[in-house]
Amino acid sequence: MTRDLPRARIFLCTGLLAALVVACGPGGGPQTTTIQVKGSDTMVNVAQAWAEEYQQVAPEVDVEVSGGGSGVGIAALIRGTVDLATASREMKPEEVEQVRANTGQEPRDIVVGYDALAVYVHRDNPITEITEEQLARIFAEDGDVTTWSQLGIAIPGASDDTIVRVSRQSSSGTYEFFREHVLKDRDFKLGSRDMNGSKEVVELVGTTLTAIGYSGMGYATEAVKMLPLAAAAGQPVVPPTVEATLSRAYPLARSLHVYVLGEPEGEVRRYVDWILSAEGQRILQDNGYVPVRDSD
Amino acid sequence: MSEDGQGSQALAAPRPHRSLWAVAGERFLESLIRFSGVSAVIFVLGIFFFVFREAAPVLFAPGFDLGEFLFSTRWYPTSASNVRYGTLALTVGTLSVTALAILLAVPFGLGAAVYISEFCSPRAKETLKIVIELLAAIPSVVWGFIGLTVMSRVIVTLTGAPVGVNLLNGGVILALMSVPIIVSIGEDALKAVPDSYREAAVALGATRWQVVYRVLLPAARNGLLAAVLLGVGRAVGETMAVLMATGHAVQIPHGLLDSVRTLTANIAAELGEAPAGSDHYRVLFLTGLLLFALTFAVNLAADLAVRGVRRR
Repeated sequence: MTRDLPRARIFLCTGLLAALVVACGPGGGPQTTTIQVKGSDTMVNVAQAWAEEYQQVAPEVDVEVSGGGSGVGIAALIRGTVDLATASREMKPEEVEQVRANTGQEPRDIVVGYDALAVYVHRDNPITEITEEQLARIFAEDGDVTTWSQLGIAIPGASDDTIVRVSRQSSSGTYEFFREHVLKDRDFKLGSRDMNGSKEVVELVGTTLTAIGYSGMGYATEAVKMLPLAAAAGQPVVPPTVEATLSRAYPLARSLHVYVLGEPEGEVRRYVDWILSAEGQRILQDNGYVPVRDSD
Repeated sequence: MSEDGQGSQALAAPRPHRSLWAVAGERFLESLIRFSGVSAVIFVLGIFFFVFREAAPVLFAPGFDLGEFLFSTRWYPTSASNVRYGTLALTVGTLSVTALAILLAVPFGLGAAVYISEFCSPRAKETLKIVIELLAAIPSVVWGFIGLTVMSRVIVTLTGAPVGVNLLNGGVILALMSVPIIVSIGEDALKAVPDSYREAAVALGATRWQVVYRVLLPAARNGLLAAVLLGVGRAVGETMAVLMATGHAVQIPHGLLDSVRTLTANIAAELGEAPAGSDHYRVLFLTGLLLFALTFAVNLAADLAVRGVRRR
């Protein structure tokens, strides 16, 4: 009776070993350079698309992409463990200071595109527009709005009209951008669902009738709608579009950054230049963001 | 030696033939085994020491309030205006998810262990054990994914809750993860009860249920408690699955359908961005210590309970 327990384990171990061998097998081709990219969850999709496309451009360069949040990318840059850190917010002065102290190099800020931070609600939510002030009242610690009826909205088919706030984890650049610009550096109301990625926010909003969340405009799906936004009541209501982002008419427009240690050199330099080239910017645009230059 | 009797010769004979290597080898093996024996203690102390060393500076910092840390629900580690480190909501999150998981997993786990050990046919037993081993081998991130996608939809449909990732979801997922452990170890414990107990009980005219209830469960209680404790351990320490399934909201839950955040998930989500050596980083290590203390308290309580049962 005891016999089959070890056998199952051995079976498992053999499987793992086999997986390991397979994983190690074909790697290590001749002269590959690896570029490590880490950071913003907002940008992880486009960073991944760049990495894949770059395989065609320069097969000898391997670009490895991971997310975690802008803060995670910048923390990795401070430790010197990545070549590029992506961030959907600007580096803070104390972070720049830490980079200098830890690596002895100056972080170089390269703006690679623009994004509008969109406010998402469920497709069936009848709300048509929202103001930053209302957002603050929903999301801020001292905000008084907890139900949709307080905003004069009746959600059809919802038994409980408590607003389900969907937010981001605190390492997210989107989280900090929203806190700085919408909450004016006040704190978030506790009890929001803090998702670990831009996509998860939109997914949860898409499956929750009474939810409201914020995420990059590139993550819009069929199940959600993006709300046109006004800075305050009476101000012009602007939908998050490419034009409104470029002209900065949309209140929550932001730039997307790539940070490098010192002046980029060699393959990293080539990669960054390629990102800023017409092709790199076209990929950025395909992912729903606004390019820094016209791709035509 | 040659003039000794045959018996004593046989006893004494091996000694001179043992080479220095064999003696040294045996000594070495002996100390190796002894080291393995105490290594668990060394590792526990080592882990505690290193975690404590990372946490200590903030614990003794003048501006740090331990009361706030333990009993405030306000967790604002990266606030731009007013940084506050209150972990009560996280502790309650961990405890509530774990309690729910154990409530669901223990009856199922022990029931399955009793069934596999006592009631089912040998063929069914083999199959069940393999399936349960497989269940135990599913990585936690896969469980989390199931919670996030399948289970959350089921919960929304069945309960009408606005959000499917909540305390109930996390509890069910953790229960599913703990059950295989409880079953495997519980079944081993029941199997370790000598057959003579069963035979004696049957000879006295006990029914199968009476054998299980009056003889096997009391006889195997230490092993069964170990099974439950390891299950609890998995539930308390689980990170990835609860990170994905509980909704990750800092609040004291008022019902099964509220989202919660656990200590472990909070550490996993925030440690990556906290700059090494910052207050936030140290406070996260301090929450690690808190988790350590919680598990220790649970284990100690269970151990005392078993002693109590034994004395009675």
